[in-house]
Amino acid sequence: MAARLPAMYGLFEQPEAAQLAFRSLRQAGVAESDITVISSEPFEHFEFSHRDRSLTLFRLAGIGGVLGFIIGVSLTAGTEVAWPINVGNMPILAWWPNLVIIFEMTMLSAILTTVVSLLVTARLPSRAASLYDPEVSDGKILVGVPLRSDRTPDAIRRALDAAGALVVKTAEFQK
Amino acid sequence: MTDSAQKMTEDLLRPLLVTSWRFYVVVLVLFGIVLLGVGAFAYQVDRGIGVWGLNWPVFWAFDITNFVFWIGISHAGTLISAILRLVNAGWRRPVTRCAEVITAFALMIGAMFPIVHLGRPWLFFWLMPYPTERQIWPNFRSPLVWDFFAISTYLTGSLLFLYLPTIPDFALVRDRTTGWRRKVYGALALGWRGTTRQWHRLESAMQIMAIAIIPVAVSVHTIVSFDFSMAIVPMWHSTIFGPYFVAGAIFSGIAALIIAMAALRKFLHLEAYLHPVHFENLGKLLLMMSLLWGYFVFAERLTTWYGNESSEMSVFWATQRGSYAPLYWTMVTVNFIVPVFILSFKKLRTVTGCVIASCGVVAGMWLERFLIIVPTLSHKYLSYSWGSYRPRIPEILLLIATFGAMGLLYVLFSKFVPIISIWELKVGEQPEIEDAEVTRDEASTLWRTNP
Repeated sequence: MAARLPAMYGLFEQPEAAQLAFRSLRQAGVAESDITVISSEPFEHFEFSHRDRSLTLFRLAGIGGVLGFIIGVSLTAGTEVAWPINVGNMPILAWWPNLVIIFEMTMLSAILTTVVSLLVTARLPSRAASLYDPEVSDGKILVGVPLRSDRTPDAIRRALDAAGALVVKTAEFQK
Repeated sequence: MTDSAQKMTEDLLRPLLVTSWRFYVVVLVLFGIVLLGVGAFAYQVDRGIGVWGLNWPVFWAFDITNFVFWIGISHAGTLISAILRLVNAGWRRPVTRCAEVITAFALMIGAMFPIVHLGRPWLFFWLMPYPTERQIWPNFRSPLVWDFFAISTYLTGSLLFLYLPTIPDFALVRDRTTGWRRKVYGALALGWRGTTRQWHRLESAMQIMAIAIIPVAVSVHTIVSFDFSMAIVPMWHSTIFGPYFVAGAIFSGIAALIIAMAALRKFLHLEAYLHPVHFENLGKLLLMMSLLWGYFVFAERLTTWYGNESSEMSVFWATQRGSYAPLYWTMVTVNFIVPVFILSFKKLRTVTGCVIASCGVVAGMWLERFLIIVPTLSHKYLSYSWGSYRPRIPEILLLIATFGAMGLLYVLFSKFVPIISIWELKVGEQPEIEDAEVTRDEASTLWRTNP
């Protein structure tokens, strides 16, 4: 069983306040990667949302597409060569009709790779007791930090309070 | 949460949490209609496919019409939703899920018909690519095999395209329910929390899916058209069929979407979210597609008439002034004349106006599919092989049951899943950067960055 870590978090009404908390925590010496921001909707216009941007999914989808293309070519050409069927004076390896299957396999593979990549990179599905508060679904924004030995809880509490946290709580979660 | 966001969440979750007696009545009626179809199918299995009106030379009729029609209706959702997502049309937010659901269910219903049509449907697995002692493998040069691959890809993609943006809403329901509901929605939410990383990955995935699903959707109906156009049969062997079918599919899809949205608006009291402007915008799209459909029909008919090829002209005249003419001119009226008239005038482009036009289009597009298939099969090259077709009760019941099934699945879905994407609606409510009310002076410069 994964070790449980203590964490402190604040709940905020407005994204502006969450952004202020994010910045205050950073100024207090907390690494960006240690700050968790959780919301019931994406806030694309705010800086705290930008740090996790990545093109990984696009690249993986491309790789998935290439893989699907190879599978499509192998499936059609392999089957036709292994079990040759004469149809209406067409060549055994009939590329025009094969392109239809190859296209569908390419797209299917790209789609499935995208979904699998999403699940893996977003760490879903997850049954771990991760840092979360059900009030998030009421529209609150959670800004939290794991409490480690090199961090004083008071400094973090001060930073969260100063940013306008409605409430500051501590909890345990699985990393 | 602001008051409006709170109200939005409550309004959109109400159908999930509160059940009125009307819901049970509607489900019961629709289930009864589906049962009629199940009964007709059971009768067909018991007695054989001879209970249908199919007879030489017309071996494809109602069931293949249903197949093409429902695959066409499926273009309502994922394709339209993907296009609106990619162009970032703000008004799409309440519309997308309503549309995506139609795709998923219409595809399931449509894809059923080739199996129903097999005559011995319990042997459907013979179509699967598996090594057997019969030494028969799929012939990749057959358009019917292309259908299998295209529909499977589109169905898989559409179900995922529907499911992914629903995950945050499942998490919302999970947090607001208890007991078995919490368990079920918790499982469906996959442990979603809403971290910035999760939001980014979800939005990237949706963008990729939208890009991927558009060519797949176009390919699906093009391939369905290949079922006909690859055959050297009068009025089928035409290069126009691919785009003609795709345009028709989008046309009927938009009409189905308008009808579904109007029903949701009325019965789930979603007037605050499905505004007249949504219907007006979709009405404009429907008008454009009606004109495009008219253009395709004209191009197809003029080319055939100009060529004056005898075998094609026999089909041509059968639809223009022969036994199929009443159906043909009804189709032209409800697909072109009525929608163009209603939707050209802003005053008539109301919710009611759009629904009237859409009902006509749905009926008209079914007729269109029928008129592509049956007149051609009954007027092939040599006149001694001409025949006719008249549907029998089992086929008619199956057709009616498909509409019942669509209604039933849609009603059940909207009972268990928020039919409008709550989080996407909330994003739409966020103030624009220029207009945002910034409570702290430094916020605008330090915290907000350009999107």
